[in-house]
Amino acid sequence: MPGSPSEPYDLAVVGAGPAGLAGAATAARLGLSVAVLDAAAQVGGQYFRHPAPGLGAARPQALHHDWAAFTELRGRFEASGATHLAGHHVWAVTRQGEEAWSVHALVGVDDGAGAGREGGDVPADGGRGGTDTGEGRGTRGGRADGTYSRSALADGSRGTGSAEVSGTPGAGTGGEGRTGAGFRGRRPVRLHARAVLFATGAGERQLPFPGWTLPGVVGAGGAQAMLKSGLVLPGRRIVVAGSGPLLLAVASSLAAAGAQVPAVVEASGYLGYARRPGALAANPHKLLEASVHGAALLRHRVPLRTRSAVTEAHGTDRVEAVTVSRLDRDWRPVPGTGRRVACDALAVGHGLAPQTELATGLGCTTRRTPDGTYALVLGRFQQTSVPGLWAAGEAGGTGGWQLARVEGELAGIAVAARLRALPALTRSRRVRDLARRRDRMRAFAGAMAAAHAPGPGWTAWLDDDTDVCRCEEVTAGSVREAVTALGARDARTVKLLTRAGMGWCQGRMCGAAVACLAASGTAQGTVPPSAERRPLAVPVPLGSLAALPEDPGQGDT
Amino acid sequence: MARTPADLVRAEPDPPFEITFDGRTVTALPGQSVAAALWAAGILAWRTTRHGGRPRGAFCGIGQCYDCLATVNGEPNRRACLVPARPGDAITTQEGHGHAGLAV
Ligand code: FES
Repeated sequence: MPGSPSEPYDLAVVGAGPAGLAGAATAARLGLSVAVLDAAAQVGGQYFRHPAPGLGAARPQALHHDWAAFTELRGRFEASGATHLAGHHVWAVTRQGEEAWSVHALVGVDDGAGAGREGGDVPADGGRGGTDTGEGRGTRGGRADGTYSRSALADGSRGTGSAEVSGTPGAGTGGEGRTGAGFRGRRPVRLHARAVLFATGAGERQLPFPGWTLPGVVGAGGAQAMLKSGLVLPGRRIVVAGSGPLLLAVASSLAAAGAQVPAVVEASGYLGYARRPGALAANPHKLLEASVHGAALLRHRVPLRTRSAVTEAHGTDRVEAVTVSRLDRDWRPVPGTGRRVACDALAVGHGLAPQTELATGLGCTTRRTPDGTYALVLGRFQQTSVPGLWAAGEAGGTGGWQLARVEGELAGIAVAARLRALPALTRSRRVRDLARRRDRMRAFAGAMAAAHAPGPGWTAWLDDDTDVCRCEEVTAGSVREAVTALGARDARTVKLLTRAGMGWCQGRMCGAAVACLAASGTAQGTVPPSAERRPLAVPVPLGSLAALPEDPGQGDT
Repeated sequence: MARTPADLVRAEPDPPFEITFDGRTVTALPGQSVAAALWAAGILAWRTTRHGGRPRGAFCGIGQCYDCLATVNGEPNRRACLVPARPGDAITTQEGHGHAGLAV
């Protein structure tokens, strides 16, 4: 029904980081109607997180040496005609038929980026609940259905984040919260699209150690995110520890922002890179990046300790010091090497884990990355194993923002080629060039991941009292008991026996650790963490689920 | 060399405003999350755990870990790293499960 309110978008992009922006801008430029859904208030994703306008940052580039590239990308996105839906927490994507998907999101969750509006700008749009698919789908109990359509969004909403939605404030309690943050105005919304591009990025992987739940111990990526968006630091004297190239970037920006960094503690060495000289030589920008951070650390006199880890954080109500130990080849602490370092904060993280749950929920195949996370298996043109679904950036394996941007553009071209039945689009020189750059950067990402893969001995950091699951306060001792005494052999069984991973974060923080502990009871010793399978990608109030209209099922395009 | 993050980016914020944390006045800047405003005041913990009663605050900083749950204007289980601070907000330490289910 072209022109009717039910007309789906050609492409829904989940995530407004470099991959999502590049994909959306490219697809829109090639004539597709595109909507980008993102949880944050501003585009940029985690890497290009930046201060809110109210903070008046005259030089945001001081926190991003790639700022010019970002503003160029953002400009391209804004000029492309793609719709930006800020403050949209996507919790599921469901199939509606051949080339028909529904993207389900909550608006007004916590952040209020897409809410905080007065109710008046929600179009009343009576009766559209039934016309959306022509199937008379219910406006149960007279509730309009919260389905986005192209025509409802066509004017005025782009770039403002104040998406219009057909329907009433759904499952929320109605009305705006007292803070104006829109918490009470949260409601479920749905958007139809012929194709979906997952540009969902990655989260930080954490490996627990005694004291890691103390206030002042924060994620390395978390410290970076709070600095970039809120211009704040967790302390004055901040140890940076874990593994992976992010640590150097975090340490150099913390130091530039005025923190004293007593040490950067890296569990791997950097020799792993040397084993892949080809990948290094083909990616000079990565060497350049490393040398920029390295020079910054030198300038701030920040020592880098490799083959070492923070094996304990000390303090009662907040961190006061950490113990840094040397590690053997397997990441087991070398006895007698522990040294206490005074600090008032610790920024810690062990690399990034791709966020794939929306895609795996639809059956997309995953692969194990060289550092033991799971990423989506992607084809030459960024297609997943499920036709109609594409992915770009970290969801296909951690590789940095330049790779994400290249993959986003490739995916945008591929989606346009598919939906407009113009396969020639993918045979251009530009595509060959993009694919070459993608392959080169992917090779480097693989080398990098291998160099920082956690060694099996890291579980020796844990004592039996260490909380492994932060939410449910499940200790390493009880997880070990589930493995040795009760016979658990995988994270799922451990979860059922101990509640580890059953709390608010649904195992996002403890999943890797629990899987490793479970693996210690098996013959091969290391079992990969189970691929992320969560029925909902973000927690959703039951009321929101109940308020969803029934989906009409197949064949409504 | 920058002494503060604000110096680093030459920030000239809109006028600051006040929120409270357990009754104590805290200054926040427009655009900061509740967690950022508390960090700026040197406050790192604003909830206690259900079983151990242990203090917790922001950990992941991006809405994934749920360690930063706070009670905001009487509403429990708000992720402080995502909630923008607004003038007059009353943040209170959230004890245990916040007397509510998972209300996110
Ligand atoms: S700090 Fe992790 S959810 Fe807020």
